[in-house]
Amino acid sequence: MRLELRGITKTFGSVAANSAIDLTVEPGEIHCLLGENGAGKSTLMNILYGLLTPDSGQIVVDGQTREFTSPGDAIKAGIGMVHQHFMLVPVFTVAENLVLGNEESRGGPLGWLDRRKAKADVKEVSARYGLPVDPEALIEDLPVGVQQRVEIVKALMRDAEVLILDEPTAVLTPQETEELFTVMRGLKAAGKSVVFITHKLNEVRAIADRITVIRRGAVVGSAEPTASARELASLMVGRDVRLVVEKEPREPGEVALSVRGLKVTDDRGFLAVDDVSFDLHAGEVLGVAGVQGNGQTELVEALTGLRAATGSAELFGRQLVGASPRAVLRQGLGHVPEDRQHDGLVPDFSIAENLVLDQFDNKPFGGLLTLDLDAIAKNGADRLAEFDIRAESERTPAGALSGGNQQKVVVARALQRDPSLLIASQPTRGVDVGAMEFIHKRIVEQRDAGKPVLIVSTELDEITALSDRIAVMYRGKIVGIVPPDTSNEELGLLMAGGSGDEAEASLEAEAVEPVAEAVAEPDIEAEAVEPVVESETPAETGQPAAEETPAADQSSESADE
Amino acid sequence: MSDRLKRILAGIGSANTVTVTVLAFVLSVVIGGVLMILSDQHLLSQWGYFFQHPTDALSGSWDKVANGYTAMFHGAVYDPHAKQALRPIENTVVDATPLVFAGLAVALPFRAGLFNIGGQSQLIIGAVCATWVGFTVSAPMPLHVLLVVIAGMIGGALVGGLTGLLKARFGAHEVISSIMLNNIALGVLAWLIKTKAFHDPNRQDAISKPVKDTALLPAIHGSSPELNFSTVLAILAVLLVWWVMSRSTLGFRLRALGSNPDAARTAGISVSRNQVYAMLLAGALMGLVAVTQISGTLSASHAMTTTLDNGIGFTGITVALLGRGKPVGVALAALLFGALDAGGVAMEAATTPTVPHDVVTVVQAVIVVFVAAPKLVQEIFRLRDVRRGDIKGSGTGAAPSVAPATAVDSAAEAV
Repeated sequence: MRLELRGITKTFGSVAANSAIDLTVEPGEIHCLLGENGAGKSTLMNILYGLLTPDSGQIVVDGQTREFTSPGDAIKAGIGMVHQHFMLVPVFTVAENLVLGNEESRGGPLGWLDRRKAKADVKEVSARYGLPVDPEALIEDLPVGVQQRVEIVKALMRDAEVLILDEPTAVLTPQETEELFTVMRGLKAAGKSVVFITHKLNEVRAIADRITVIRRGAVVGSAEPTASARELASLMVGRDVRLVVEKEPREPGEVALSVRGLKVTDDRGFLAVDDVSFDLHAGEVLGVAGVQGNGQTELVEALTGLRAATGSAELFGRQLVGASPRAVLRQGLGHVPEDRQHDGLVPDFSIAENLVLDQFDNKPFGGLLTLDLDAIAKNGADRLAEFDIRAESERTPAGALSGGNQQKVVVARALQRDPSLLIASQPTRGVDVGAMEFIHKRIVEQRDAGKPVLIVSTELDEITALSDRIAVMYRGKIVGIVPPDTSNEELGLLMAGGSGDEAEASLEAEAVEPVAEAVAEPDIEAEAVEPVVESETPAETGQPAAEETPAADQSSESADE
Repeated sequence: MSDRLKRILAGIGSANTVTVTVLAFVLSVVIGGVLMILSDQHLLSQWGYFFQHPTDALSGSWDKVANGYTAMFHGAVYDPHAKQALRPIENTVVDATPLVFAGLAVALPFRAGLFNIGGQSQLIIGAVCATWVGFTVSAPMPLHVLLVVIAGMIGGALVGGLTGLLKARFGAHEVISSIMLNNIALGVLAWLIKTKAFHDPNRQDAISKPVKDTALLPAIHGSSPELNFSTVLAILAVLLVWWVMSRSTLGFRLRALGSNPDAARTAGISVSRNQVYAMLLAGALMGLVAVTQISGTLSASHAMTTTLDNGIGFTGITVALLGRGKPVGVALAALLFGALDAGGVAMEAATTPTVPHDVVTVVQAVIVVFVAAPKLVQEIFRLRDVRRGDIKGSGTGAAPSVAPATAVDSAAEAV
């Protein structure tokens, strides 16, 4: 199927989200739509999928002009979409989700649901395209990557010829991303086209046949997958972007944070951080690398007073273990939480209010009883300008911002304190290259000002670019502290559990039937055996990211654009 | 400034909260009118021969509805024929006063993410404390009233605080524990009234000793049912709650944890402690309702009865909903409900054949239903969508929880 978008224009109020966009998707190609947060990629795809009606422009399918007023029309025309947030019923099985809306029943309209046929259909489609899913597994038990596969199967079962994937890798681990790419290549081989929306440059270069770059609602050009990351980045942002963090070597100062024998249990009572000790010096960036779910989250929560712990963590001689979050913040902590939506922002609060969320009762923003609204507003306006937060004003609710701008608010809040210790988890999650460059620069400035900085990231490139030393976590332990010039391969092996042989062996074991295992054993017992590696994605257990070189800007994006 | 005014004017035609609330009122008045017609057998028979003599049915219905609402207006706002022409509005204010406290007692914890359905128990225990202080303590007039007020607030705050503590410490959902506390409080009240300590020895029925005259809220103006000091307290409470929620650090904490408790905790705000604070304040406000019931003028006996709560704890929920959780909104909603109550009584008395007071109850309920379903009002009146606050949040579905910020809304926010 050949799909053409001609002169698509869509405005919201006075803002043109799409202006005269032309796009052609040939049969059997993987077409990448590359753009910053808020560039208008999702709007364009929502128009294509019938969720939005364009102000002007045409959608042409195989030479025929079509009008989509609902996703139903788009599905009929052979267009399928996998959203960033999956549209699945968690308590239903895979098969039930896949027939939802097209249920076949035996014995009239009130008859029995034909579960057997549903299962057979699922098996047939998943076998045909090499997308293994267990039709009887409950969605809520499946790891994110498999849920996404279910979404893809759903689209294929409705005879999609063009598949739109809206930032599909934002929620995936590096392994899952690689598996998705395999699936995408399979679909391409089967003659389907894929529209792949992303802002991750490495992924684009790895998978795309053609690249269309969108900036501020307009197509600014197309590129070949052979283009360098820097070329793509400057095309996307509209100016030259430095992808490498510039950092002078610097002698670290005295020990600022001294962690000894720290043990932390997670929500389920398993030991998530197991006897961790390390020193963080003033004027040093210590990067904590590791596959998500190896205790990094709990480590940060313990250091910031959000989670009970045993052992000792002293910041300039003062104990952090057992202190309340407030007490730790009082000691000058600047904290960028891992998940800005969950732990970082109050969506109903204005940007200005969010910026003082951790110091609204400190001068000059307020005292024991009253707030100083003027001071809060002024601070908001200042940070808005300083951090280039794109919003109407500082009174805009934080919930209305795009993901990247939300992240800028959270980072601005942590940095404006002039923190005595900066702890940043996934500091550039979901922000585009331009903003990432800025945030990295500010983090290095902290270090150059002689402050201790702890960075936790699942992005190896980010860790190696920023860190002076890298601590690798695996199953709750720090398995090694290495210099930043360590190769990604070596780091990957450490992230897979210390000794190289072991890691390779476990990888091979996984490679045999990685998916079947994830689907077949989603239950909790599987994790009880290896309690430390628990996480929201059970499939990660024993699937370490060994030789992955993750994309430059990973994101667990949600509400952008 | 004129720019702001322009934005406000432009916003009026869209489906903002103020427009929706006003239109919800209009709709419920129309439905109330239909009910008035339906409640009249004679009119219904006239509608039966509508196609022979349409004027009978039409003019009869018009008269019926017009008379009904005129009587309500006379009963609730202003009666040109009465000796004291402004007396009705006093009735309205008197009726509205306890609803102001009750509405605030629901609205305040609501902003902190807590649903205070336990107004009944807070009110009852507040009343027990206030009554006991009212008939045992001997003190000169202003001091005694002050003691009664404080006792009522403490009683209510204890129950509210208990709910908050159960939630914060032990994770008991406040709705469940509140409902149970309501039952417990009702039982405690029924038992206490019969004990020697409380029961009025001169009476056979279940009623407590009356509070002393020194414990009665002083009148501001006029005679029974007079405006009394509780109305002043209500105005103060509105101002105080407004100040707390929008200008104080406590209010900042409460709003933060109401919107995202995890982010609040990460930023060093103690969730459990502030939940308890919110419920303490709510209970104290409910305790003030108790004081108006015991020491105010609505109760002729100035004593506790088993029905003293009068459903106000629950009416508070509707008032808070109608008032959109904002203090001034709550005050206006309470005034509207007070006016409907006062007007309903007058309408029942003034119309023949009688329009039952129940019409008012239906009107009150219908307003709240429409307010709770703003999309419905928007459909009926074909209002424009509210303009989005932020340009980036333009992709549908892609921007969750976009707080619609219209000029009118932000103006409403300001009050």
